[in-house]
Amino acid sequence: MADDTKSALDAVDAGPVPSEPTDGATAAPTTGDPSRHPSVAALIERFGDAVQGHRLNAGDQWVVWIDPSRSLEIVSWLKEDPDHAYDMMSDVTAVDYGGGRPVEVVYQMFSTKHKRALRIRCRLPLDALEIDSVCGLWQAANWLEREVYDLFGVTFRGHPDLRRILMPDDYQEGHPLRKDFPLRGRFSRAEQTRQALNQNVEHYYLAEDLERGGTPQEAAEATVGSLRAGKRKDGER
Amino acid sequence: MGHRTVDLAVGRNPEMGLDGLPARSPIAPFDIPEPELETEHMLINIGPQHPATHGVLRLVCELDGETVIKVVPHIGYLHSSFEKLGEYRTWNQIVTLTDRMDYLAPLIYNCAYAMSVEKLMGIEVTERCKVVRVICMELDRIFGHLLWLGTTAIDVGAFTPFLYAFQERERIYQLHESLTGARITTSATRIGGMMADLPEGWVDELRDFLRTFPKTLDEIHRLLTGNQIHIGRTQGIGAISGEDAVNYGFTGPNLRASGVDYDVRKDRPYYDYETYDFEVPIGIHGDCYDRYLCRMEEMTQSVRLLHQAIDRLPGGPINVDDPNISLPSKTDAMSDMESMIHHFKLITEGIPAPEGDCYLAVEGSKGELGMYVVAEEGGTKPVRWRIRPPSFVNLSVIAKLAEGHLVSDLIMINASLDIVLGEIDR
Repeated sequence: MADDTKSALDAVDAGPVPSEPTDGATAAPTTGDPSRHPSVAALIERFGDAVQGHRLNAGDQWVVWIDPSRSLEIVSWLKEDPDHAYDMMSDVTAVDYGGGRPVEVVYQMFSTKHKRALRIRCRLPLDALEIDSVCGLWQAANWLEREVYDLFGVTFRGHPDLRRILMPDDYQEGHPLRKDFPLRGRFSRAEQTRQALNQNVEHYYLAEDLERGGTPQEAAEATVGSLRAGKRKDGER
Repeated sequence: MGHRTVDLAVGRNPEMGLDGLPARSPIAPFDIPEPELETEHMLINIGPQHPATHGVLRLVCELDGETVIKVVPHIGYLHSSFEKLGEYRTWNQIVTLTDRMDYLAPLIYNCAYAMSVEKLMGIEVTERCKVVRVICMELDRIFGHLLWLGTTAIDVGAFTPFLYAFQERERIYQLHESLTGARITTSATRIGGMMADLPEGWVDELRDFLRTFPKTLDEIHRLLTGNQIHIGRTQGIGAISGEDAVNYGFTGPNLRASGVDYDVRKDRPYYDYETYDFEVPIGIHGDCYDRYLCRMEEMTQSVRLLHQAIDRLPGGPINVDDPNISLPSKTDAMSDMESMIHHFKLITEGIPAPEGDCYLAVEGSKGELGMYVVAEEGGTKPVRWRIRPPSFVNLSVIAKLAEGHLVSDLIMINASLDIVLGEIDR
């Protein structure tokens, strides 16, 4: 039991462990006739090699795999070009297949002008979980990308406010939706309790907050005072 | 597509004029110039335990006097990682997780999940099942909007509509209960069909509800739509343009209130919605009042849809006739060897899926509800199950909407977005 706790803690210290990359990662499939979806055909024609694959899923849903290093260029073209005009970013999410396979970031796009949907996927190897943020193009991506960052550990370059969103800000155990994250968390229940009890209260409150009494007015003034003095890093606490 | 704008001026106060301009505020603005006072910004915290946040939502606001300068929402208090839990469950076991997210309109979630998995597997459900699911979804659209109506009215100080709305909700609860055995956690769908067929007399109960519900809705209209206090609190508050609304990811009534004609039922139809005769209300100003009107009209349209669905409800089986998908009847499973084997395989292993992924969007009561499932070849559990939560994306806009308004307006804006924290935090 003690060994279990130790190994779990070590895993946290080391951060998300990239499993060994699979030898010769499987290429994205190229099935289906791309001329049936105008955007897929146009993407292949315009971006060539940056389009790694395409596939027709579930009857009528087109998926296109693109090169993550050129993702921003490609999706902004999809948004701006009047023939495609994907003005609605329905969803940004990620898929971890486990076993060292790359994490895939998935964009669900919809064009309210042409009433067409398209799914874009980007394969990110586990040792380079980084992709450009599309927040500047679609404000809707703001929280969605924060969620992917929180639950998968994918960093979005150029995101204005990349913080954890669903898990606590000081969550230590990693990124829950990754396959190497156990269902019950990395820490045993006993360890979680121990950590909670040993938490440094002064991380949240200044010593003077804890000693403070008096009227609410005095308390509020003191809070503003300490904010001014720059004693707190995070003004919201 | 055609023109399908519903006249939103119905029931408006004649003093307002129909030119689309917001009515005069009932309280005349003061002419006294404000004295130049040096004030400092104040941080206040609303929630997570506060009735006006409609759940465990925490809003940290920076105020200049009473004017909101900045809002920072904090969410995650209800996080239970349903998506992770789903990866450890077979396709049918996940159904129970879905209704715990949007507990205000659970049947829509049940149906959306089953639809996405069926689409991934290429299962075509029976005609009867389609119509029953349309009934379920439209009934729960009313169910969800009624809760929004009652609680939002309370936020602006109107208590009576809350009682009217909850009285009607109670009747839908009873319909839920006789259909599924549960009032909130319905878990009504299964892959390839429903948990059970409609019970005897259920359609008559529903007809009874549809007969009297529009009268209640009219009464609520009379209480709120022309009410000067309600108008003063909602018109011109939290307005957003159609272009911004699309860019910020608004969907559902919130988006349509801004004048954007996007409804999943019309634009990406499923379950033969294109053959039903109904209209989609479109607003003009994108403010709280137009969101209110859009939802009120949607309830009326849902009643129309329900009438049509009941009328066309076909007979026949409700589950697909495939022993690898639907459970055999209990009698068969206990008496017939083959059925017993199918039963055993379905319970212990589940339904194998083909490799691929599927994103299926339905028009939920809050907006576009997307279910994204990813499977590996022969997988009886999803590799990834993702919910595109409409209120999550809608809530992210609150910082933009509330900027420059008063704190009391922030409460109204938050209410008008129609959020449910169970779905935001998942």
